[in-house]
Amino acid sequence: MDDVTPYIVLSTILFTIGSVGVLTRRNAIVVFMSVELMLNACNLALVAFAKQHGNLDGQVAAFFVMVVAAAEVVVGLAIIMTIFRTRRSASVDDASLLKY
Amino acid sequence: MIAFWVLAPLMVIAALGVVLVRRAVHSALLLAVVMISLAVLYLTLEAPFLFAVQIIVYTGAILMLFLFVLMLVGVDAADSVVETIRGQRLLAITGGLVMGVLLVVVVAQISLGTMVGMGAANAGGNIEGLADLLFSRYVLSFEATAALLITAALGAMLLAHRERLEPKEGQRAMAARRMQEYGTSGRHLGPLPSPGVYARHNAVDTPALLPDGTPATDSVSRVLAARGTVRSAPALGDVEDVQRTLGDVGGISGGSGSATDTSAGGGYNTENPDTRPQGDDWPEGDE
Amino acid sequence: MFLLSEGGASIPVVDPLGADGVFSLLWLVIALPLAGATILLLGGRRTDAWGHWLGTLTAVGSFVLSLVLFVSMLGREEGQRQVVQHLYDWIRVGDLTVSIDLLLDPLSVLFLLLITGVGSLIHVYSIGYMEHDPRRRRFFAYLNLFVAAMLMLVLSENYLGLFLGWEGVGLASYLLIGFWQHKPSAAAAAKKAFVVNRVGDIGLSLGIALFFVTFGSTSFTVISANASGASDGVLTALGLLLLLAACGKSAQVPLQSWLLDAMEGPTPVSALIHAATMVTAGVYLVVRSNFVFELAPHAQTAVVVVATVTLLWGAVIGCAKDDIKKALAGSTMSQIGYMMLAAGLGVYGYAFAIFHLITHGFFKANMFLGAGSVMHGMNDDVDMRRYGALRKAMPVTFLTFAMGYLAIIGFPGFSGFWSKDKIIETALIESPVAGIGALIGAGVTGFYMTRLMLMTFFGEKRWKDDVHPHESPSVMTGPLVVLAALSVLGGLLYLGHWIVDWLSPVVGTAPKHEPPVPAIVITLLVLAVVAAGVATAWLLVGKRPVPVTAPQDVSFATRAARADLYGDTINETLVINPGRHATAGLTRGDRSLVDGLFTGSAGVTAALGAQLRKVQNGFVRSYALSVVGGVVLVLAALLVVNL
Repeated sequence: MDDVTPYIVLSTILFTIGSVGVLTRRNAIVVFMSVELMLNACNLALVAFAKQHGNLDGQVAAFFVMVVAAAEVVVGLAIIMTIFRTRRSASVDDASLLKY
Repeated sequence: MIAFWVLAPLMVIAALGVVLVRRAVHSALLLAVVMISLAVLYLTLEAPFLFAVQIIVYTGAILMLFLFVLMLVGVDAADSVVETIRGQRLLAITGGLVMGVLLVVVVAQISLGTMVGMGAANAGGNIEGLADLLFSRYVLSFEATAALLITAALGAMLLAHRERLEPKEGQRAMAARRMQEYGTSGRHLGPLPSPGVYARHNAVDTPALLPDGTPATDSVSRVLAARGTVRSAPALGDVEDVQRTLGDVGGISGGSGSATDTSAGGGYNTENPDTRPQGDDWPEGDE
Repeated sequence: MFLLSEGGASIPVVDPLGADGVFSLLWLVIALPLAGATILLLGGRRTDAWGHWLGTLTAVGSFVLSLVLFVSMLGREEGQRQVVQHLYDWIRVGDLTVSIDLLLDPLSVLFLLLITGVGSLIHVYSIGYMEHDPRRRRFFAYLNLFVAAMLMLVLSENYLGLFLGWEGVGLASYLLIGFWQHKPSAAAAAKKAFVVNRVGDIGLSLGIALFFVTFGSTSFTVISANASGASDGVLTALGLLLLLAACGKSAQVPLQSWLLDAMEGPTPVSALIHAATMVTAGVYLVVRSNFVFELAPHAQTAVVVVATVTLLWGAVIGCAKDDIKKALAGSTMSQIGYMMLAAGLGVYGYAFAIFHLITHGFFKANMFLGAGSVMHGMNDDVDMRRYGALRKAMPVTFLTFAMGYLAIIGFPGFSGFWSKDKIIETALIESPVAGIGALIGAGVTGFYMTRLMLMTFFGEKRWKDDVHPHESPSVMTGPLVVLAALSVLGGLLYLGHWIVDWLSPVVGTAPKHEPPVPAIVITLLVLAVVAAGVATAWLLVGKRPVPVTAPQDVSFATRAARADLYGDTINETLVINPGRHATAGLTRGDRSLVDGLFTGSAGVTAALGAQLRKVQNGFVRSYALSVVGGVVLVLAALLVVNL
């Protein structure tokens, strides 16, 4: 266990998959999951770098990301529910009225 | 590193699955695989506290929240695969690939050197070390996080709250309404029928049979009907068997064609589950 | 204290005493007509019934007060005849302090008497003249306003206060010329007078600014004490700027064109403002600024040139006009030219300028009012070709007019004889070319005044049958009689050189130059020239019948004179048309270039926005895609930098 690079590469791969998911999926909940995937990928990189540098700051940062992600999920899902309640749809393409 | 090399391909496959599978519930479950694997990776990266938090917060709380919302929302559980925005999918995949390749190349550019390892940092215990940092250097951020969480909780409550615009219907009013409906449209006054109770099929997803042999739609939950998970009533098949063994007892005769139709349908009209199947759909007899 | 200038002439410095006793009522002279104007203008229709009486009363009150002041001043010693009354500090900004100070000295007290005296008579006359005008009260308010402003002009102790009065009389003049504003010609004439006067006012305001820059004050006292310390260039510039101002207000060439059109106003206005008082403000300005002009000989020369040109110009115009008021207006222009000529001659001429100003105020007001009386009896017709033989129909008007006539042509013994004769004599001594011009002018004056007289009062009757000439009411003839008497007796002011001695504390004294020929010879020469002019008029007009419509086959000179010597055409060609073209060009440039740039850039932005807004299609996934694109770009950039 002498190199952090594999972790980082895994992190980038997960991040990329997550971003493609955000771009291609239309179900708002799946989009949200993809966002979570990207956040987790970042956390992995943070924790890996913490180990690389031998201090705990990276872990603290990852901790904060988790807290913020929790808050974000709570509000985001509430928004999705509200939209679903009024529009009977959870597709992100249906909420497209705010435009030119 | 063994754990890593075992888990990494698993995680990539699961992540691809999250993006690729059509049902949101499957996505959520695959995401759980990624997250738990990630928790194990945290352990290998000497972050036991985060391991616990990852499992408790992400897998335990956030994913459960996802599943709850899916239960509330996910009637049209499967996504359509037809892309509506022109060129979006191609551009998204290309952009994603380019970004991934660039990121990997960037990472490869950096020579990170040997890992220092967490031995020194975790000397006084991982949790104690984290607490030390949280309440000293990051105390302001920590306090801000508290505010953020409270705000988020309030926001979620506000968004999920539905304002009641008219007073709640009491028992007396409900009784009066139902009586009224009975008087005007002949709607059944009593409680809804319970689901079917059969020797071989005894569950909430199986409708009961009416005396004429047709299934009682009201006897199963509308949500189950909407999801298409209602089983067909097995009764008609049994009726044919009974007829075959006992011969014509009279009174009960079955048009086999309609019976097959009903059993093959597997479900009920999902459009209007309130519609009560009428007895005269059933042929009275053909002799 | 004296400022010494060339030739041994001495100019006194303005060095007034504080006002005490009856002189502390000085402010009341202005306040009375000002209060009258305020009450009449703010009081509205409520004051219609008695407004004209109030207006007349304030003017008469001012006159009585002026008379008291004059008598008190007569009782003082010569050295104590300058008094100043400090009312309040008007402007105090940094180094500039301008007070409302009233200066009463032998010069301004004469103006006081002229303005309030003639003004009162004209107020009385107007009661009859404007009797049938529904807006008579407003007319009297404007007249009072004019009197107040004119008094402010001549009483102020500094140039800024003078400017206040200067603009005030300009405003009153504008309002009164355009009094019958329902006539487009009157409205246009009022506007023309206002605009042309602005040109002169630019001269005065620049002059005041230059005074402040040079002397740090606009007070006569300060400036006259320090004038000799200023450089020749500055003094000449000041003189020329003041001359420009005087040209505008006094209708001197090249700013003469407004005066003839100003005759659109009611006749009392023409008499008071455009003959007796306001148009002489330029002369007052030059005489008052003697401490500048004495030190700026080039500016004085300019004054003489302008004055000589104007006195001939006005006289020639007067010869060709058939409109009685316009003929008199040309005459006014010419007579003011005489005054300016005298003022331009310096110490030798100041007193005679003022002398002629006063006598002219008498006889010209008399004649204008007489003309008004004639028009009153002729259904407001002003064309002399339709008059004739009015001496029987209007005996009082005829006799009073004749007094004015004899005075203006300089008939021996009448006021104009004394004043004009002294100017021509002085001019011949000091500036022979101008003197010869003035001499010729006297002849031409004799011609056109005789022509006017003959066409109006003598010859055959040429008016139509439905016109019934009649004598005016006594409220109008009364002032005529008084003014006629003054026209005859005005020369008494020169009795024993009284007016010269009286004014010497203000305008200075100079050693008298002996004329090359005895004075009586010059007088006889002038009389001969005038007689020649009168005789010519008798031969051309009196002996022949006057055509009722003006003949068209006339000489070029007559045509030119009828067209005001093409003054309007010159203005049009030199100033108005280039200005109009420049404005049109600038507007075009502004519209195409400046506006085009702005609207063009706005249009480009709008078009760009119309295209760009399509990017905002409402699909959140598209936005996310652009975010990813940005990330890719940043990563690529990082990579490029690092490679």
